[in-house]
Amino acid sequence: MQETTPLIEFDAVEKVYGEGEAAVHALDGVDLKIQAGEFVAIMGPSGSGKSTAMNMIGCLDTPTAGHYRFAGIDVGALSRDQRALLRRNYLGFVFQGFNLLSRTSALENVELPLIYRGMPTKQRRLLAMRALQRVGLAQRENHTPSQLSGGQQQRVAIARAIVSDPAVVVADEPTGNLDTKTSREIMDLLVSLNRDQGITVIMVTHEADMAAYAGRIIRFVDGRIDPTVSQEAAQ
Amino acid sequence: MILEALRLAKQAIMRNALRAFLTVLGIVIGVGAVIAMVTIGNGATAKVKADLERLGSNLLFISPGQFGPGRASSEAKPFNIRDVEALRSQLTGVRAVAPIAQKQTTIIAGSENRSTLVRGVDNEYFTAQSWELESGRLFTEPELRSGRALCIVGATVRKQLFGGADPVGHGMRVNKIACDVIGQLVARGQSGFGSDQDDVVIVPLRMLQRRIAGNSDIPSIYVAATPDADTAAIQRDIEYLLRERRTGVGGKQDDFTVRDMKQIAETQTATTTVLTGLLAAVAGVSLLVGGIGIMNIMLVSVTERTREIGIRLAIGALANQVMAQFLVEAVTLSLFGGILGTAIGLGLAWVTTGALGVPFDIDLGIIAIAFLFSGMVGVIFGFFPAQRAARLDPIEALRRE
Repeated sequence: MQETTPLIEFDAVEKVYGEGEAAVHALDGVDLKIQAGEFVAIMGPSGSGKSTAMNMIGCLDTPTAGHYRFAGIDVGALSRDQRALLRRNYLGFVFQGFNLLSRTSALENVELPLIYRGMPTKQRRLLAMRALQRVGLAQRENHTPSQLSGGQQQRVAIARAIVSDPAVVVADEPTGNLDTKTSREIMDLLVSLNRDQGITVIMVTHEADMAAYAGRIIRFVDGRIDPTVSQEAAQ
Repeated sequence: MILEALRLAKQAIMRNALRAFLTVLGIVIGVGAVIAMVTIGNGATAKVKADLERLGSNLLFISPGQFGPGRASSEAKPFNIRDVEALRSQLTGVRAVAPIAQKQTTIIAGSENRSTLVRGVDNEYFTAQSWELESGRLFTEPELRSGRALCIVGATVRKQLFGGADPVGHGMRVNKIACDVIGQLVARGQSGFGSDQDDVVIVPLRMLQRRIAGNSDIPSIYVAATPDADTAAIQRDIEYLLRERRTGVGGKQDDFTVRDMKQIAETQTATTTVLTGLLAAVAGVSLLVGGIGIMNIMLVSVTERTREIGIRLAIGALANQVMAQFLVEAVTLSLFGGILGTAIGLGLAWVTTGALGVPFDIDLGIIAIAFLFSGMVGVIFGFFPAQRAARLDPIEALRRE
């Protein structure tokens, strides 16, 4: 990679919860660079800080100290609404629990990010249908989450994440609730999004065989990046 | 965005339709009460005004005794026919002076009987009351002088005793006295005081005095002034005249009362207004309680949908957009309550005004105010829950089950 501005850059990022004796250093001086187009897996045991790092990458959280820059923008200096705009325009989220709106059709779930952009209904429908096609669920647009299997729900969630054509998809344990076969299908989908559409994918997982799909693995231990494991994985 | 928020609000409300209905019940009752009361009140006021106009607005009512604390009107002696004659000869600007004596008694026609007010008058009564005959004729002078047993019946009496047929030419018994029916009055409906004006039998004054009451008393007198006359001046003239005849000038307290019917009507209208105001205040409290109900249920809704809010915030909803969503939901709820309340209130008013025989007039102003108020209740009481939703931390919200 050339010395361009990294898409994601942690500069001595600290995140402290609580105060005094009870203070917990969730992130304890993390330096990290992720270039556009990468597929990165973040691993680590519970409490290692990987979820905090994930929230920060997703612009949901801000550092207590240090700087987190997204495409060169210091996210810590932004207001709540400015971060919301950043998420709306550049980020897509995929969660372990799918986090779809219940009793709402797949199509409407996928349309959601576009609604907040104020896009007209017709265009919104079109883009949402295209995203559902992309994840192989074109025939299920009127099904509600309860009428879909876990794998299908996660596909809808991925469609929702990519419908706004984001720079980054942030996936938090996307296969955590799925069986092995379905997990592989979801991973294949993420890989193809990364490869064919150049979307940067950052995924938290604690399953090594899912992490193996990524181009790079970053392991967190006690709020820091473990230097011995952060490496280029064999593609 | 507003359309989108409305659609979302409809969705959220429909998912919990029963809960939404119970939530807005307070608003429904509040708005319904206001609309019903104001509509009925306006109808009653309009009725009083109409009655007044029909009576001829310049009507004075004279009764013996003084009304007020510690003074029993029954102690005062009634008027007699010479008082009436004096009034007739000495007052100016007067259309009619009508002596009235009346008694509740049993009337019988065929196999039907009924307890009815029998009123003894002379022909000036019909002038004073501007009351015309549906059919038949008035009394003649000789009939009045001799006190013949003749009747003019009201619409209710005709309906109850004669089955709605024209009673003129038929006979009936009034207090066991055989009477010929010579006329029937035009129907008037309920008076502003709530009594049925048509439940009446009119007989010559002298007949009532001699054969039913058994005396020659005149308990009350109506004086109708001409339309352009000054009723206050006539009232003073009557007072002066009667004072001279009854108690002597400069003597004791007057033992009679002269009242302007206009004042009575005005008092009644004022009472209606006060009552309407009081009920509006009660309704206001109901609206307040309804608003608190909405706030309560919106807080529950925000808690229940914390995760949904988290999702919306995570994918890029601005705080304002989340706020708008919940605010629109609260306003939709309260406006729904307002619409329902208006419908129920109008329905209630329609039934009640029908039963009271007063006009049913829809006041668009009060409906607009009711809408404005229920909308405001939604905004005011929806604000806090909506703000709470908008201020949620997306990370925390997503973690919630």
